[in-house]
Amino acid sequence: MTDPALLQVDGLSVDYLTPQGSARACSDISFTLRRGEILGVAGESGSGKSTLITALTRLQRPPAVTSAGRIVYHPADGEPVDLVAQSERALRRRRWRQLAIVMQSAMDCLNPVMRLGAQFTDVLRTHDPSLDRAAAWQRAGELVRMVGIAPDRLPAYPHELSGGMRQRSLIALALACDPDLVVMDEPTTAVDVVMQRQILAQVLRLRERFGFAVVFVTHDLSLLLELADRIAIMYAGRIVEIGSSADLYHRPKHPYTKGLRDSFPPLHAPLRELSGIPGSPPDLRDPLPGCAFGPRCPRAHAACEQAVPPLRTVEAQDVACVLYDPQNPEATAHA
Amino acid sequence: MRPAADPDAIRTTTDPPPAGTAPGPAPRKRRGALRYFRRRLGFYLFTAWAAVSLNFVLPRFMPGNPADTLLRDLQDQTGQAPTPEQVHTAQTFFGDPTKDLLGQYLDYWKNLAHFDFGVSVTNYPTPVSQLVGQALPWTVLLVGTTTVLAWVLGTALGAYMGWKPGSRFDAIFAPTTTFLHAVPPFWLSLVALWGFSYKLGWFPVGGGYDPKVPFSLNNVWFVLSVLKYGALPACTLVFVGFNGWLFSMRNVMVTTVSEDYVLLARAKGLAAWRVLFKYAARNALLPNITGLAMAIGGILGGTLMTEMVFSYPGLGLLLMKATTGHDFPVMQAVFLMITLAVLVANLIADSVYVLLDPRTRDEG
Repeated sequence: MTDPALLQVDGLSVDYLTPQGSARACSDISFTLRRGEILGVAGESGSGKSTLITALTRLQRPPAVTSAGRIVYHPADGEPVDLVAQSERALRRRRWRQLAIVMQSAMDCLNPVMRLGAQFTDVLRTHDPSLDRAAAWQRAGELVRMVGIAPDRLPAYPHELSGGMRQRSLIALALACDPDLVVMDEPTTAVDVVMQRQILAQVLRLRERFGFAVVFVTHDLSLLLELADRIAIMYAGRIVEIGSSADLYHRPKHPYTKGLRDSFPPLHAPLRELSGIPGSPPDLRDPLPGCAFGPRCPRAHAACEQAVPPLRTVEAQDVACVLYDPQNPEATAHA
Repeated sequence: MRPAADPDAIRTTTDPPPAGTAPGPAPRKRRGALRYFRRRLGFYLFTAWAAVSLNFVLPRFMPGNPADTLLRDLQDQTGQAPTPEQVHTAQTFFGDPTKDLLGQYLDYWKNLAHFDFGVSVTNYPTPVSQLVGQALPWTVLLVGTTTVLAWVLGTALGAYMGWKPGSRFDAIFAPTTTFLHAVPPFWLSLVALWGFSYKLGWFPVGGGYDPKVPFSLNNVWFVLSVLKYGALPACTLVFVGFNGWLFSMRNVMVTTVSEDYVLLARAKGLAAWRVLFKYAARNALLPNITGLAMAIGGILGGTLMTEMVFSYPGLGLLLMKATTGHDFPVMQAVFLMITLAVLVANLIADSVYVLLDPRTRDEG
């Protein structure tokens, strides 16, 4: 992994401003994404995954606001830019050419009154005004063919396509302007497992071919283990552990990561006892002074309630847990 | 390194590209749309037939004998016995006890086909068709223009307001239009008439044109007088009318802009106007289109109150006079026209909707 950095996220925080006070949905998120890398982000519902996605793509709408941090983007040519500080006008030129998104509900992501092909050609011609109508249509045909849709489906309206076709066409759409980064928000939740495998295989193959980086958000850790190079585990708006897929799977450090791993059956290993994580995620409007996972943690102790643990490098991964604090007498660093 | 991440291991069967690409959008659904249209047309023809037939049946089921009553009224009005033709038409529309029903029904359709609705009781001996024909253009001109104007104005402003809900523009106009929407048009008409015509003298007090100017469409002065006489009622109607359109457009727009496809359009980096028009407003517009068609159907009914206040020589005023004078032939003709106009407008709405919303085009 010596590829240059594509995206450096540094201390990113996102607040939802509500009449009852603000809720911090993403708190002090930092990571580096390299060119061509697939970073998986896993967590329960409400852990701030989708908020992170809209913050990264600068698509959030009130009441969500980015309250702190930087998102430094390194273009292939040119100076690094902080996306948080960019104006909407400047962002618009970057959108889709550098930064594309595949959203969760393919049902709702395509304009119901526009033909599929037209939803490709408008973005193609917006970012390349020299492209004429026929050439744009031709290019749209090439794009959908990459995801296994016949170009003669281009004149169809979204409601005439199957769920899997819609989802795959959204992936093709994301690649329309050859972006550096594709952000995917649970793109496979609405399709069956067979289609899910096909889509993941296609994402991997297209990544090999075009070399874009991916931030892939899902609640399904088992899926990420097969897809991602690195995985970040989110809990209550914070990254609690980040590391390579293999390390996270075989040597999880954070008790929450362990809990997540042990709550689904392994695909290629002998069966082991499954266990869930008792309790439910905390209220983000009223954060605990210490570790947010404390109340549900099997290894919680007094030190957990004192301060929010920072991310520390432990062996190959980074983990935010007092169990790995060298000053903590309870620490069992090599649990 | 990824566990089980060999892409070939989970390769799909979907790829080898099929030969031949479509060079452009093909009209592949046109046939379905046409079939849909034909089916709707059949439905509306049936409804029209039922409405016209009801118009025939109802007077015949009324207690007493409406035809005799009408002929007596006619005699009272004119002081002379009705002519045989008048007796015939009255009986065609309101029932002739001496003829069989089927024969009457066929006669009734024959008269309708000739636009022969008999003569007016209050304006004896003017034929009803002539009265209606005189009033119709005025109403179409005034109410038609103002309905379309109010719709365009309200929809455009509503789209803009709903685009940024909570903006200052929205915060000021949303409550204002809610208030204006609740103002009864005739009341506003009275206030406008009192203020601009009586007090300020800017506009004529009533009528559709200047009676001193020769009545001719080729005469510029006549056309100008029509505009001058129509200005105040038109402004009143637009001012009252656009609020409803604005309100409904704004509310649909507010929910549409939070749809995922609008967010995706923004993510695509499309120009703001394109996201607004092609993605948000284009979808939010659909309910307002139906509303417009309904309103156009209602145009022939005129705006009774407004036409009364401004003594505007349209169908509303005609209907009002017919009602107070128990002029059944006129009333029946006007009602029949309103019914048919509503049907035609609905048919147009249905057809336009099919063009605008491909989801309604599904066969089956």
